[in-house]
Amino acid sequence: MGEMIKVGMADLKVCKAPDSLTTLGLGSCIGVALYDPSTKIAGLLHCMLPDSKQISNNSNLAKFADSGIDELIRIMVKTGAVKSRLVAKMAGGAQMFAMRTTNDALRVGERNAAAVREKLKQYGIRIISEDCGLNYGRTVEFYPETGDYIIKSVGKALKTI
Amino acid sequence: MQFDVLKEIGNIGAGNATTALAKMLDMKMDMSVPNVALLPFDEICSLIGSEEDIVLGILLGMEGDVNGMMMFIFDMKSAHRLVDLLMHTSTEANDMDFTEIETSALNEIGNIVSGSYLTAISTLTGLKMISTVPNLTIDMVGSLLSVPAAEFGKYGDKLLLIQSQFGETDFINGYFLLIPELESYDKILSSLGM
Repeated sequence: MGEMIKVGMADLKVCKAPDSLTTLGLGSCIGVALYDPSTKIAGLLHCMLPDSKQISNNSNLAKFADSGIDELIRIMVKTGAVKSRLVAKMAGGAQMFAMRTTNDALRVGERNAAAVREKLKQYGIRIISEDCGLNYGRTVEFYPETGDYIIKSVGKALKTI
Repeated sequence: MQFDVLKEIGNIGAGNATTALAKMLDMKMDMSVPNVALLPFDEICSLIGSEEDIVLGILLGMEGDVNGMMMFIFDMKSAHRLVDLLMHTSTEANDMDFTEIETSALNEIGNIVSGSYLTAISTLTGLKMISTVPNLTIDMVGSLLSVPAAEFGKYGDKLLLIQSQFGETDFINGYFLLIPELESYDKILSSLGM
């Protein structure tokens, strides 16, 4: 068994099988897993906001969906992954508090998911599966060996996508 | 120095809120000296526990002269005790679901406690502060805290938290988090002549 590498909030990590990646307690944030099935190199991004261009303080690339995916791909390619082979799985983007409001800040999960899809489309990276939205938190684990993306939620059965 | 001022604000707010809660439950309650910290996102959860600990969170928005969010966090055991004390029932401590009326009671706790917290700070600073309708969720600490984190991620990579713990020995344990927007800190500080 390899090592389980932890990805924090607004953070990203890259690993190679048999190691695996995990991020705990995704709420409105998204866990984007990119994966090169041939080299078994995988990357996991835990981004919390959709767009780095709307915000002036954006030194932490991993905080945003757009700059985070750019950076994740850059590091993965440097590690030996081939960009054209990359595929994606994603989870998160929940609305944790069901506030009846037009407040954009509380719909951030939805906007995060949309931003991730848009960015992956620009790169031509296919999203194999996703588990996004709704109103509960998710802990995720990605295993490059098998390509399995395991999702754990409170009071729900384990899900592999 | 500014940290000390914010700490004192947390102390006054939480003190008032704890008193309100103690009165409502008709019991004695202690609170800790508040913890004021400017923390990177990674470390916020460690204040309360591990990212995956299951807790009950009540989120309220702050509006008026000071904008931001407030959050109360109780562990599940405490949440059940609160409900039981208020409603003279005995709920299952492992139960994740609360009935509508129990949820409503917990939200009311959020309302009363946040109201007394804000009134205390408002009186001290002379600033207008209103809390919005509370909203309750039970889930992992990490996923609940991602909500204020995402909001303040727009301004920087750190979150200023005024946190205090309250309870009666091990009976009820909870946290207040006061998370003002960046511009609001200045307003709070300058209202106190800083």
